[in-house]
Amino acid sequence: MSARTRSIALIVGAVVVVGLAALFASAGSGRASLADRSHEIAAGLRCPVCQNLSVADSPSGLAGEMRSEIATRLRAGESPEEIRAFFVDRYGEWILLEPPKRGLNLVPWAVPIVALIAGVAVWVMVVRRRGTGGEPEAPGSSERPTAAERERIDRDLADLQEPG
Amino acid sequence: MSTDAPSKEDVRETDGAPEPPRRGNRGRTIAIVLAPVVLFALLLASGLGNDPHALPSELIGKPAPEFSLPRLDAGGTIDSADLSGQVVVVNFWASWCVPCRDEHPALDEAWRRYRERGVVVLGVSFEDTPEGAMDFRNELGGDWPLADDPGSETAIAYGVFGVPETFVIAPDGTVSAKTTGAVTYDWLTDEIERALRKGDVE
Repeated sequence: MSARTRSIALIVGAVVVVGLAALFASAGSGRASLADRSHEIAAGLRCPVCQNLSVADSPSGLAGEMRSEIATRLRAGESPEEIRAFFVDRYGEWILLEPPKRGLNLVPWAVPIVALIAGVAVWVMVVRRRGTGGEPEAPGSSERPTAAERERIDRDLADLQEPG
Repeated sequence: MSTDAPSKEDVRETDGAPEPPRRGNRGRTIAIVLAPVVLFALLLASGLGNDPHALPSELIGKPAPEFSLPRLDAGGTIDSADLSGQVVVVNFWASWCVPCRDEHPALDEAWRRYRERGVVVLGVSFEDTPEGAMDFRNELGGDWPLADDPGSETAIAYGVFGVPETFVIAPDGTVSAKTTGAVTYDWLTDEIERALRKGDVE
């Protein structure tokens, strides 16, 4: 009994210690590392002098200077949103690797959904038309011959005609 | 063969089924499926020739970013505040940039034509060493002011994508025009005249 209690206490203690350590670690990184916050902003900005590279990934001189601009502004107390807005004011939304989902930018998100709905609608229409159009016309043999069957009918009829 | 050929049509007629329309339907179905695909492909293809960096400036009509830059061709600094009320042509360029050589005569001619009317052409060095910039000047000539841009602060402030890029600042301090790539004499005269007229109205 006492051994069990002890082991439970040990587990609870371990969980508390790990939890506190994680809490301190996350709190520490959230506050202290300017580099991480700077990198996060830079990773979301498109390097102006590159082909599809982020400011964080680009080795170009201008990207390096943009990174130091970001760091300077973070140190001055600007929020990531304010820094992004600074670059958008100069370069346009082009600079954002992930443009905000509003206005015309919604088109790429909406088109697949609209296309899917339109496709299903067309499909339903086609199926329905086929269902009503096919049946009443041939009461005896409700099914039309398939391509293979038709081919065979053609061949047999040709065979019949050939000797005559 | 020709005697056998009619057999198919005979079958169709005796069958009584509306066979020809069915084949027509298939063509129409293919057309309906292919049309959006082709249209979409054309839409995408139309964008292929676009230069992703040739964008209209976000700064048009907005106050030109201020600057205070060390001069390269002379001592001291060149300050945007000292140029207020004047038409300023800000040309971002670099000695390693090939189109910058092409546009050099146009800038030279515009500078010589308009400097008496208070128009300033200012060359701002982009991602270049002061030595490289001055070698370029000594090689190609010209006597409009040149400035260095340490840390590319001014280039970033103007949203420069690459060189050459040229901005025209109107006398009221707003950016009135921008062009990407080698600037032409015609573009410069058009935009300088427009900026000067804008100043006269006020």
